[in-house]
Parts: sequence; structure tokens; C-alpha cells
Amino acid sequence: MSDTVQRQEMEADIVCVGFGPATGGFLTTLGRALVNEDGTPLAESKVMPGMPPQVICYERADDIGFGVSGVVTKGRSIKESFPDLDLSQIPMAHEVTEERVAYLLDPIGASRRSAPVKVADAGLKFVARDHAVELPWIPEFLQKHGGMVLSMGQFNQWVGSQVMGSGLAQIWPGTPVAEPLLNGRAVKGVRLVDQGVDKQGNPDAGYMPGMDVKAALTVVGDGPVGSVGQYLDRELGLPEGKHQREWAVGMKMVVQLPEGCELKPGTVLHTLGYPEPEIFGFMYVYPDMSASLGIFVPSWFDNPVRTAYRYMQHWMMHPYLWKHLEGGTLRSWGAKSLQESGLQGEPFLAGDGFARIGEGSGSTNVLTGSGVDEAWATGVQLAEAVIELMRERRPYTRENLESAYVQRRRESWVGEEAEQAAKARDGFTLGFIPGMLGMALSGLTRGTINMPGRSRKPWERIPRIEEYFKGVVTEQELIQLRKECQAKGASLHDALMDRAGWPEVPLDGKLLVSHQDALLMGGKVVANPGYADHVTFADSYACSVCTEQVCSEICSGQAISVNPEGGAPLFDREKCVHCGACLWNCSKPHPEDDENTNVQFAAGSGGLHSAEN
Amino acid sequence: MSNEFHIVVCGSIVPDPLQTLEPVQGAQGPELKNEMMLPAVLDPWAGHALYEAANLAAKNPGSKVWLVSLGPKAKLQQVMMNIAQKVPFELVCADGSASGFTDSFEVATVLAQSIEGIQGLDKSKLLVFGGWQSASRGSGAVMQMLGELLGISEQFQGVDKLTAGDDGSLEIMERIEGGAYQVSACNGTPAVLGWATGELPEPPNNPQVGMQNMRLVMPALQQAKPADVVQGSSLAFAAVELPQQRRETRVVKDMPVEDMAREIVEWLNS
Repeated sequence: MSDTVQRQEMEADIVCVGFGPATGGFLTTLGRALVNEDGTPLAESKVMPGMPPQVICYERADDIGFGVSGVVTKGRSIKESFPDLDLSQIPMAHEVTEERVAYLLDPIGASRRSAPVKVADAGLKFVARDHAVELPWIPEFLQKHGGMVLSMGQFNQWVGSQVMGSGLAQIWPGTPVAEPLLNGRAVKGVRLVDQGVDKQGNPDAGYMPGMDVKAALTVVGDGPVGSVGQYLDRELGLPEGKHQREWAVGMKMVVQLPEGCELKPGTVLHTLGYPEPEIFGFMYVYPDMSASLGIFVPSWFDNPVRTAYRYMQHWMMHPYLWKHLEGGTLRSWGAKSLQESGLQGEPFLAGDGFARIGEGSGSTNVLTGSGVDEAWATGVQLAEAVIELMRERRPYTRENLESAYVQRRRESWVGEEAEQAAKARDGFTLGFIPGMLGMALSGLTRGTINMPGRSRKPWERIPRIEEYFKGVVTEQELIQLRKECQAKGASLHDALMDRAGWPEVPLDGKLLVSHQDALLMGGKVVANPGYADHVTFADSYACSVCTEQVCSEICSGQAISVNPEGGAPLFDREKCVHCGACLWNCSKPHPEDDENTNVQFAAGSGGLHSAEN
Repeated sequence: MSNEFHIVVCGSIVPDPLQTLEPVQGAQGPELKNEMMLPAVLDPWAGHALYEAANLAAKNPGSKVWLVSLGPKAKLQQVMMNIAQKVPFELVCADGSASGFTDSFEVATVLAQSIEGIQGLDKSKLLVFGGWQSASRGSGAVMQMLGELLGISEQFQGVDKLTAGDDGSLEIMERIEGGAYQVSACNGTPAVLGWATGELPEPPNNPQVGMQNMRLVMPALQQAKPADVVQGSSLAFAAVELPQQRRETRVVKDMPVEDMAREIVEWLNS
């Protein structure tokens, strides 16, 4: 990219992008080793002679505590980093005390279930309680016994304060990174986003071009939709045979459970089968009688009018869950994309001057449904590699990083389990039942036998609305609905879900609230002024003739909306929660790269202000 | 000719206004539920005071800016991550409660002691900045008491503009009743200014400023002196409760302001 703008430059030894569990693991491990016991630095800073290496981490969100995930994890790697871990020191953390997996039947009759699922439902009806059947046994690969439930926001705060407290690394939230500084296939640092620009990125009042921060090593831990990771994938390509086509969006709430709720802290519930068979749910109970709960809407849910929010409300109202939730209060809300390709989507993990860790590096294990611990482990492994290279005064070349980091990762439990899980989700590309069978096969045979699947690009999967709702809505009616919804600037999902038999959600103002109220109550902030829009459409003509506009249906914050005047959808940065779901929820290919969709998602400022997520 | 100022900004921290705040009864009186979990920010008035201080210091070479803050150490550290990239300053911190359930006088006393303890501070060049409503639940009392404790009689509250003359004199624009301003002049430092919003936007994040600040921020946090503003206070709370609120959100695009005003009036009258 040619850049004629005069930019300030700054030098560091190591620059990290994104502060999540992976970078947390990296900085925790590295920070402990940067100064020897006798007080001498492990290695001398190249940019500040006489000082220990200068390590900086830039985080997009306004605070490092604004993670958006409640998690359950075995925490193997986290416990290794903190052998004396006392969970009572981390707010909202608790050891797992009870685990249940439940298959939810459809109490409404609106769920779209295939014939085999209907047959199974008919048989299970007789043993069901509260329209649900709890699995009598949880396969070992899914168990989290001995693990912990965490709030990512609180965990990140806890880790970050210790890292900062050591004084050996700086973490700067509120600082989005635009792209890596590439020189051929080598990374020389990162470029921060321009500030003081208009929505299109043109200089405006207080223009300050993004600074170039140069470093011998760039650690890319910016998650599944991070701008630096995406840029590297675009410019360097993915290794032969790899693709990143499997995604999910997780939407969740933190709920203050009602008085008298019998759920005990540390309870872990996972659900499948409802509101649609493709949608999985989770609920983790925290110590203060609050719970993190939500659903995952996957990219193989071939519904062109996907909405996570309304489906989540129907899921919460399922009798199996509602008996615990009725009377509760919404405390916080959020959403994030999950990169679910695992090993099949693994990018180049290292190159000259850079290494990738965490979810964006394909570390999420889709068989065990675990990502935080794996991300943390990859960060630790990279730190161990960096310590080794520092000690031996070896440069951060591709060869050195591959032998010190990538090999370490391959030989660890993260690498081994990633291999076992590599094809575990392939069956879902064919449907829910083959998917479940495939998971069981891969899990029980440790990846030896797998259900074959047919991977398709996200945009290829999305059928026309007319096809999907055949028999529910006539083409004539659909034309009328489109016209009515467009005039209101509304997406179609509410109208079509109503038609499909989903009842109106009885809003109570406390827990069942409108989507916009969830945004406000969940802690949505006004986006900082002076930044360019971070969601753009590569080819606006493709959008103007698009009849699905899935981006507006799925948008977690209703930031992307249908333009009443036609044409490309409108984007309102104020409402964006940066989940990145638009990136893979689009039915049109990118004009220059058909592995990607027509929606472009860059690093932006703002998002959610809720440390409870 | 420019002036050299020694500007001390009192920066109180508050929970992010978007969080759910709930008072609970703690061992030593009322507290905010989960206070240590809530993300903290520099209170908006204090933020403006800091940006104005940095701007004044930049225009007057040789000037220095200190940020004096009272709050739990862990929360101060978090706030530093958010503001230390904005403007150059040196941090002085007192490790104590910032719950809002503290007595203005106790807070002013801690701040005065912290300011008195700053090495190299020249009182003849001193400007004490702060938010005019900060750290006192909006009563606007802390800065006045602090001025008295420091023996500074030139005090201005609700300041939106400060102009320094070449002769060291100060012209100050203060908010007064009825949306009007009062312009005052004084011979010069020392003075206390409780800022309203000032006239400057929030500066962009500057990584170089961050690097430079952080070298002093971390040691300052490690050396923070404990400050007890709760125990031993003469202040007692009879009761604390959240104001009642009712939320009825509708999102309407392009609504004329007249219609908005009409709706608000109708709602108030209903």
C-alpha cells in the first residue's frame, strides 16, 4: 500500500496486537523472565540500550476489561501459569461444580426440524422434563470437570493489572491497530489507525496520522476478526489446503438470577436442539448468583435471515431454562465472532518478525468447545520461545520462530488435540444430524474416524430467502414484506420469524428487553469521534442488488440497517459492538478474493463498556 | 515572554457512567456494589482540567504538569492505561477510596498533603486545577477546601477559559447563573481553578507520550501512600438509594427537534 502521509515513528522491541487470553499468557510468561533474579535484564533492549526489552501491547477496545465472553474452561494452561491460583481473587470466577448437557425439544412448534430430528423428538417426548432431555453421560472430550467458569472481562482485568504492575510491559487500550508494516513477507511492526478523520477516513479536525510502531517482533493476538491477522492472511495467503470458512457468533448476557434460584455457583449447562437444531446454548453460574448465558449461531445455519438476538430470547424462554431465569435482571450483554475452522484454518503461525497466537491463529478447539485455555497456552508457548531466542541472542526470523515456537506448539497438548479435532465439525457442513454423529465419531476415536463433509465458503452457503421460506411465505408475500420492511429501514427477520410461528417476545423491561435496550443496558458506548467507519462494503453495487442483506439480519448491535432508499445497507458506528459477524454473514463474494465476502471489517474504536462480560 | 507554571491537576476517578451502579452497605458505611470490578474513568470535569493544563504547559515552555489522584491503586492503574497516552504529566497518587461516599473535607485534606509532598514544586508558580464538581457528589466543595488548606485565596469555579498574559496575569472566564459568564482577572499564581468543560476536545492517543509517561507512572503507583478517607470521617450516611428510573427506549431516525421537544413536554406533563 503506497502511503505518502508523513507519519511519526516509534520503536519498541516487541509490539503486541490485541489483549485477550493469548496475549495475556504471552505477557505473563515473558514478564516474569525479562529480568533475571540478580536484577539484570534477560537481554538488552535494542531500542533503549541499558534497559530490559521494551514490550508494548495495543488493544482496540476502550479498556482491557471489555471482553465479551463468559467461559468455561479446563484451565490447564492457566493453572500452570498460576500454580497457586485462588479463584476467589478473580471476580465472577468459580470452579466447575456441576455439568449438564441437555437436548431441548421444541415447546412452541416453530423450530425448523428435519424429518429425522422430528422422529427423534417424538421418541424423546416421553422421557423429557420441561421439554428437555439431559444427557445421561457427558463424553470425556466435552467434560470440563476440574475446570473453572470465568468472565473474560474480569479475567482480562485481573491478568492485565498484574502484567502492568510488573512494570515490564505496557498495555494501551483504546488504540486500534490498522495494519502490520510489511516488507515483502517480513513484518517490521504495526501502523496505528488514523485519528481525526471523517467517516470515510479523510483528514478532518485534529488529524493525526496513525503512528508507525516498529519492532523486531510483532505478536499478532488480535482474535478472529482482527485487522492485523486479516491483513496478513490477505497478503501472505493461507498455507496450502487451509481455509477459514467455519464461524459462529456468540451472543450472551450476564443475568442477575432471581431470588430463590436453585442453581449453584459453578454450574455449567450446555444445550442443543433449540430454538433451531443448529443453535447451541450455554449457561455458566457465577458466585454472586449471576450467570453468563447465551447462544452460538454458526455459519452452517443456512438461514439467510439469521438473528442471534431474537433467537436468544426464545432460547431463554425455553421451560428448561426459564424456570431458572424468570424474574432475573439483565446486567450486561455482548457478542463476538468465533473462528471455528481450528487447524483447518490455521494461518502461517510465524514469519520474519512476526508470530501469531490465540483464536486468530486457529487455536480454538471445535471438538472440545474450548478456546480460552488453548489461546493462553499458545501465548505461553510463544513467550517461552522468545525467552529462548533472547537468551541465545538469536533474531526473530521465520526459521528461528518456527523451531522455537511453532514446533513447541505442535508437540504440546494444544497441537495434539487440534489434530484430533481437525475434522470434528465437518459433518455439520451437511446438517445437524451428520454433524452430531461426526462430533461423536471424532471425539470417541480421538480423530481417527471422522464424518466427511463438504466445506463451502460462507457466502456460498446462504440460500435465497425464497428457497428457505418455501411453504411458509409465498414469493408474492415476500415482495410485499420486503417493501414494508425496507420502508421502515428494518430487516426481515422479525417479520419472517413471526410468519414461521415464533411468538412475540413478551418484553418485561428487566430481562426480556428490546434489542436496542440490550445495547444500552449492556453498556454500549458512543463511539469515539475522529475515526473512520470500520465496516465497509467492497462493492456497493453488489449490495444494492442483494436481496438477502444477511449483514443487516445478523448484526449484533443493529448497526447495519437496510437503507430505506435502496442500495447498500447503512452502517451506524455508534451501535457497533465489534463482533465481526458481518464479515462472514454476507451472500456475496469479495470482488478480489472469493474466499471472503463483500463486507470488510477493520479495526475501529468504541464498542462495549461492560467489565462484567 | 512566557510564564513557567507548575500545574497540579486533581483528577478524581469515577466508575464508568455506563455501568450499573448499586449502593450496598459495607463494613465502613455505604459502598458501591462490585466497585473494584467496575471499570473506572477520570471524571469528566477532571479530564477537561487535565487537557487544559497540558495545553497551557505546552504553550509556556518550562511548565510542568502533575496529576494528583486519590483512588484504589488498581483502579488508578487502569485509568492510567486510558489517559497516559493523551498528554504528558507526572503522577502522584494516594491509595484510598474513590467510592463517592467520602467526605469532601477528608478528600481535600489528602489532596493537600499529596500536593505539599511533591518534590520541586514551586508554590509561587502554582496553579491547582481540578473538576469543579469532582469528588463531592456534585457539591463543588473539594477544590475550595483544597485551596484553603493550601493557603491559596485566588479561587475560581466553573471555569471554561484561562488566558495567561505575558506579565503572568491571569484572565479567567467562569460560569455563573443563567448561562452567563463572569470574566475575572488576577495578578497571577498561585490560584485554584475548578474547571467545567473548558474548550478543548479530548486529545488523540499519542504512543510517544504514553511511553514517556509510563516510565514515571508505574513507580508512582508502586510508591502510592495509603490514604484513609473513610474511617475516622465525621460524615455519616443515613441512607443511600438509587434514583428510580424507567426506561422506554424507541429508536427513531431523523426526528425533527420540535417533535422531540413536544414529546418530552407531553411526557413531563403526563
